Amino acid sequence: MPELGKYAGAVLGSWAITLGLLVLLIALTWVQARAAKRKHDEIEARRQAGQRAAEKKR
Amino acid sequence: MSALNQRTKQARDNINWIWEWANPVKFMWFSGLVLPYLIGLTVLVFGTGFVWGFFFTPEAENFGSSVKIIYVHVPSAFMAISAWFMMVVASVIWLIRRHHVSALAAKAAAPVGTVFTLIALATGALWGQPMWGTWWAWDPRLTSFLILFLFYLGYMALWAAIENPDTAADLTAVLAIVGSVFAILSRYAVNFWNQGLHQGASLSMDAEENVADVYWIPLVIAMGGFMLFFVTMVFIRTRAEIRLRRVHALELRERMADA
Repeated sequence: MPELGKYAGAVLGSWAITLGLLVLLIALTWVQARAAKRKHDEIEARRQAGQRAAEKKR
Repeated sequence: MSALNQRTKQARDNINWIWEWANPVKFMWFSGLVLPYLIGLTVLVFGTGFVWGFFFTPEAENFGSSVKIIYVHVPSAFMAISAWFMMVVASVIWLIRRHHVSALAAKAAAPVGTVFTLIALATGALWGQPMWGTWWAWDPRLTSFLILFLFYLGYMALWAAIENPDTAADLTAVLAIVGSVFAILSRYAVNFWNQGLHQGASLSMDAEENVADVYWIPLVIAMGGFMLFFVTMVFIRTRAEIRLRRVHALELRERMADA
């Protein structure tokens, strides 16, 4: 750990806020991306099942 | 076909390959292919810049150890402005060419740009307190940056408030163009007004204006890390937006079939 002297609070605070916000953004993006993929996969599966059922009827 | 018409057609064909990448299917394929490499490169460059900047740079004569804040403050401020310009370019493409991927990419970039702006404002306040004796001053650069932050919030609120996605894309595109005034002011406020507490550029095309090499090299690496982080986040978020758009379209089709 480098010697930060009287500026330790400002330096550590700045880095903590930066890393904290970046991690928060990554987590939010990950959760949203996963939710979007899950919804997309579900509706695509439903659509394909519907198509197969329609083909069988014919 | 006349020679002029042939040349015009050829010129158009030469440019058209660019627009092929605005096809959602092609974008999903390409972004899916490059994302793993992009994530790896981001971690590597980000990590190098941060570790070098925090652990292996000396104290500065005037700033002491507080100079280490430069590795998070300057790249985040630079990317806050750059992200807005990326949104403006994508918005103009949407307005002219009506490519949905460009509108969705602009939407995807907004939260990332907001976080960068917030980091720049917060770290600036933390750095300003010991240097200037105050957390905040109504200095031209600080004020224009605060307005840019409010523009980011307004941009995201506008997307969320309008149900029709094409109308939302149109209106937010206009907002992005209007907000570019403050993005330019944020960058050049110090030069325009030549007053206030904030210093001039830490990085510039003019080598004499730059910080010393011992700080400059890790700073450039940290900026590269922030840029790669931005591109990675925009790719991931745009992919999610494209999927949600497709879900919306298929749900509408299902409802119409049920009716």
